[in-house]
Amino acid sequence: MAVANPPRTAGDTKVVAPNESPASKGDRTVTVVSHIVLTLWSIIVILPLVWVFLSSWKTTGEIFSSPLALPQHWSFDNYVKAWNDSNIGRYLLNSVIVVTCSLVLVMILGAAAAYSLARYPFPGSGIVYYLILAGLTFPIFLAIVPLFFVLKNAGLLNTLPGLIATYVAFAFPFTVFFLYPFFRALPQEIAEAAELDGAGEWRTFAQVMLPMARPGIVAIAIFNFLGLWNQFLLPVALNTNESNYVLSQGMARFASQAGYAVDFGQLFAAVVITIVPVLVVYIFSQRQLQGSLSQGTLK
Amino acid sequence: MSAVVATAPPQAAGKVARRRRRRMPWSRRVFVLVTLGLPFAFYAVFVLWPFVQAFIYSLTNWSGFSDTFEFVGLANYKALLQDDIFLKAVRNNLLLALVVPFVTIALSLALATMVTVGGSSTGAVRGLSRSSFYRIVSFFPYTIPAIVIGLIWSQMFDPSSGLVNALLTGIGLDQFKSFAWLGEVTTAMPVTMFVIIWGFVGFYMVLFIAAIKGIPAELYDAARVDGAGRLRMTFMVTLPMVRETIQTAYVYLGILALDAFVYMAALNASGGPQNSTLTMTQDLFNTAFKKGQFGMASAMGVFLAVVTLLFAAVVFLVNRLTKGKDR
Repeated sequence: MAVANPPRTAGDTKVVAPNESPASKGDRTVTVVSHIVLTLWSIIVILPLVWVFLSSWKTTGEIFSSPLALPQHWSFDNYVKAWNDSNIGRYLLNSVIVVTCSLVLVMILGAAAAYSLARYPFPGSGIVYYLILAGLTFPIFLAIVPLFFVLKNAGLLNTLPGLIATYVAFAFPFTVFFLYPFFRALPQEIAEAAELDGAGEWRTFAQVMLPMARPGIVAIAIFNFLGLWNQFLLPVALNTNESNYVLSQGMARFASQAGYAVDFGQLFAAVVITIVPVLVVYIFSQRQLQGSLSQGTLK
Repeated sequence: MSAVVATAPPQAAGKVARRRRRRMPWSRRVFVLVTLGLPFAFYAVFVLWPFVQAFIYSLTNWSGFSDTFEFVGLANYKALLQDDIFLKAVRNNLLLALVVPFVTIALSLALATMVTVGGSSTGAVRGLSRSSFYRIVSFFPYTIPAIVIGLIWSQMFDPSSGLVNALLTGIGLDQFKSFAWLGEVTTAMPVTMFVIIWGFVGFYMVLFIAAIKGIPAELYDAARVDGAGRLRMTFMVTLPMVRETIQTAYVYLGILALDAFVYMAALNASGGPQNSTLTMTQDLFNTAFKKGQFGMASAMGVFLAVVTLLFAAVVFLVNRLTKGKDR
């Protein structure tokens, strides 16, 4: 698996065969066509983002007069107004609080549960495994109505702790499911050696086994972060108090106002504020990130 | 992602099972209880219990605001099957589940193939030079929240201030002046599909690139020695080798297309022209939280769950049936 020596693969051969024999005519056509198609797709991806970025510096009047023109003045007006008037600053803070807390919690609970399930089977652990799998298979929409009342009865409806609890609960099955094979693949002998040396269950888990599952942990942490950062249904249904809105709800307000009182300059600025932090982190860590995502997923 | 590829359940491993015959020491029992029991109990309260409740509520006429409700048997389900709007939503979802996964996977697989084996064919199979740029850029949309993707594209497709119409009229296609892409029955659904596909191609492209790079190069070398061209190699070597990845992607994208709630909220929150983009999830949400018909909404949820499971089952079945020969 992840640790084994990789066999020679199609991707590696770039290094193996650097001989620059003149490519045949057909080859060059394929290469050129590939570059053209890939460039086209890259443009389709980038163009909307560039346009949104440019529009975020325009006034609403400019946006309506010509979609193609460049902004006339580069001022931070839209950003300041989006941050304060449209409350994007507050929603961003709420999002950061909710996502950070739930991410930390679900990683701790998920890793511990996956480890326990993988290492210490007991009568009935098969059932537990399938019940966790069931949580992955059914759509959240099935649970949303009863969940509303579960939270209401617990007094957690429309509160950030309530939202955190549901985020953790719904990210939990995927976390366990994803980490289970990683803990399964770890050599038992190492844990047994640690225990012979006097480490208890807790120390063996936290200091010996957990670090060895690092590739899996990193990958699922990234998936969970993106998933929770993206989450839309849970806050929209369970967190309707405006001062507790998370970012995705703040953005949805622009959509639901649809054309009437929307300040489009603010809308574009809010979109840029939402996209840029994650995009910057991605660009700087893309090699490790894509590596661990695909490694984790193809396992 | 690997969500649907079932791994062996705990009891399957013989080695561990043999060890189980010794009784678990107390310290270990406490450990398992705390590390597995507590999180599982929490999960059961917030996920499993609501799932079970949904089935129960779906058999009632509960309006949510009253404390009491009556069991009405399958009346909600019967009403659903005669509800034209809901049936329209079901058809829309099925259309999404048919088109979105197929196009996304075909496009991302094609792009991934170009990146990995688009280079020179003399000597060893090699990837396209300078391809990491494409890989990095294509992944951008995956880092953007879905609601924001919807917002960006609803602005792009805006009749008067959107970039799409500005570009089209710019090259002389004047019929697109003020054309309402999301407001016409014929274009609303295709445009919505495009937006969802736009958001996912990059992610699956990266996955497929990794999967293709994991194929032993000997297979390609052997195919080439046998005289296979690029197209043939794609169909005879690449496709069979990334089959499991395709299956996982198909199920995952299908589940997503049967949901699609967040994209619709941004593009056409009210269901689109003549309900042409209305989804089951939107209907469910409105039935529950706007009309307060919780029994009926729960029945919709059960219906959605059944359709989702059937979709996954069909994908697994098709994969198994088409595999046939080489097993």
